[in-house]
Amino acid sequence: MAVAAATVPRARRPTLGRRVRIALVWLAILILLVVVWDGAKWFFGDPWRIHTSFLGLPIDIEHRPPMRARIATDLSLPHIWKVVEAFIAPAQRNGPPLGLVLAGQALFTFREALIGFAVGGLLGLLLGIGFVHSRLAERAFVPYVVASQTVPILAISPLIVVATKAGWVSVAIISAYLTFFPVTIAALRGLRAADARAFELMRSYAAGKLAVLWKLRLPTSVPYLFSSLRVAAAASVIGALIGELPSGIPDGLGASLLNYNQYYSAGPERLWATIIVCSILGLAFVALVRLVETLLTRNRYRPVAGA
Amino acid sequence: MTDPTPTVTDPTPTDRTPTERITAALPGTSVVRIAGVGKTFGTESGGVRALEGIDLTIAQGEFVSLIGPSGCGKSTLLRLIGDLTAPTAGSIEVNGKPARRARLDRDYGMVFQAPVLMDWRTVAKNIELPLEVMGFAREERQKRSGELLKLVELEGFAGRHPWQLSGGMQQRVAIARALAFDPKLLLMDEPFGALDEMTRERMNLELMQIWQRTRTTVVFVTHSIPEAVFLSTRVVVMSARPGRIAKIVDIDLPQPRNVETREQERYFELVTEVREALRRREGGEGQLAPPDADRIRAEGLA
Ligand SMILES: Nc1ncnc2c1ncn2[C@@H]1O[C@H](COP(=O)(O)OP(=O)(O)OP(=O)(O)O)[C@@H](O)[C@H]1O
Ligand SMILES: [Mg+2]
Repeated sequence: MAVAAATVPRARRPTLGRRVRIALVWLAILILLVVVWDGAKWFFGDPWRIHTSFLGLPIDIEHRPPMRARIATDLSLPHIWKVVEAFIAPAQRNGPPLGLVLAGQALFTFREALIGFAVGGLLGLLLGIGFVHSRLAERAFVPYVVASQTVPILAISPLIVVATKAGWVSVAIISAYLTFFPVTIAALRGLRAADARAFELMRSYAAGKLAVLWKLRLPTSVPYLFSSLRVAAAASVIGALIGELPSGIPDGLGASLLNYNQYYSAGPERLWATIIVCSILGLAFVALVRLVETLLTRNRYRPVAGA
Repeated sequence: MTDPTPTVTDPTPTDRTPTERITAALPGTSVVRIAGVGKTFGTESGGVRALEGIDLTIAQGEFVSLIGPSGCGKSTLLRLIGDLTAPTAGSIEVNGKPARRARLDRDYGMVFQAPVLMDWRTVAKNIELPLEVMGFAREERQKRSGELLKLVELEGFAGRHPWQLSGGMQQRVAIARALAFDPKLLLMDEPFGALDEMTRERMNLELMQIWQRTRTTVVFVTHSIPEAVFLSTRVVVMSARPGRIAKIVDIDLPQPRNVETREQERYFELVTEVREALRRREGGEGQLAPPDADRIRAEGLA
């Protein structure tokens, strides 16, 4: 009767080789992106010429693209190397390099986004819990929750900024505003996702609402919640950036976005550098959520089939 | 509505089995008392009469099986006893209380066809779930889950998660969970329905031993005639549309039952008796859809 414990399959973890392969594919896509970008410039961009000397050797390369397209001009699509250069070049005369400045701003924006994410995530979950327990509340409020997301946030963000005084609080509010929605929707699903018989089981124990919530609904909803939290993480960064624009906060990425937008023609690569940092910030946040999810759910939840 | 509904205080003694008459005479020992129960599900295309005129009394320590064609209301009857759904006619008492009161007093444990374990809990924690809900102290819970793991022979698997166990092992965990708080009544809805024949027979033996050790009253839904006969003290044969009790067969096989029980002459006689009771309904009224009949025959004779 005693079955050897070793015969039971264990949860699978990606092997080192698998990880390396993933990293290689990731790198290949990045290279492809660069190739497409500068390939477009090679065929449709502005002509360029390098006339310099390297270790005493004169260098003179000239390129005339066969065709022209607006989208590939130096103004709309600066060369990748220009963008890379912009990261290294000082942001202001005799100041630190732009890359460093942007990194600092990213950290600031991340803090705002994190607060918005936490507040929005919690609010979203609480709303979901409320709706799951009251059909009336669900019927009455969910349409408003949906409507809240169709309101153009760009239009109401100045309003929030004025109402709460410009500062990180208003930014966090706007960030939370974009964050709670996916979490509420996921909670509505996840909190009801348990097997009907599991609910009956709890009923047979004469379990109260709180016990059902704590021991059945919430644990069941964890995978649903994390899917939505990844969406929410990306949204919270966008929310923080949008919130920074009208509040005139100089410490976040929003300030650079605004600044380099205004002086775009003077240095398009700076705006591109800022955009890249913004998306890296979003990616990093999503990856962080994913990491927390893995740490929390690994070996606790059934490995997903097809993963 | 024209049917005279028998009440608890005035049972019609004529259509009752000897056991029922005995338990009716000793009200203190009856665990389940079902009187004139009917259940109609309201659907858009009119009502579905799932059960009608059910009278059944189950005594302390009995093992009663419900058997019948698919859709005859076995699960519904079990769920009525457990107050997971309410009857539209008649009354149900469990341990001398209304079914709802009994549920709130945590008088019964439930086992479904699927184990319905919680993935995020280890095997031991799954068994402790009812104890947690009922507010037992941690040491008490751990002691109890340890005992139960031994009872269902899963000592080495306390720290595993459900998906790391085979179907039969998972169902044993579900049984252990149902027994965790020592309920006076165990309700089981085709608990071994999803298992292969060999595992099923072994589980039958194990359940038999558990029942003999704990002397819990069991109401057991099954599609398998051999299983019903082997395990039960009484087999309730039901017919469909509307669900009624067609016959109650007393299983007078000696206790304790074991592997040899299945080889006794009397065992085969009783299997035949139950099968005839099922078939009679089928032939006599022509209400049984062929697939249902086939299912019973296939599963019963397998
Ligand atoms: N929630 C429900 N709503 C409507 N009708 C229902 C509901 N539950 C059961 N029924 C109907 O009641 C009847 C009895 O169902 P029940 O599940 O009790 O049958 P069963 O004997 O357990 O069948 P099986 O052997 O297939 O499990 C069926 O006709 C079914 O369609
Ligand atoms: Mg059923």
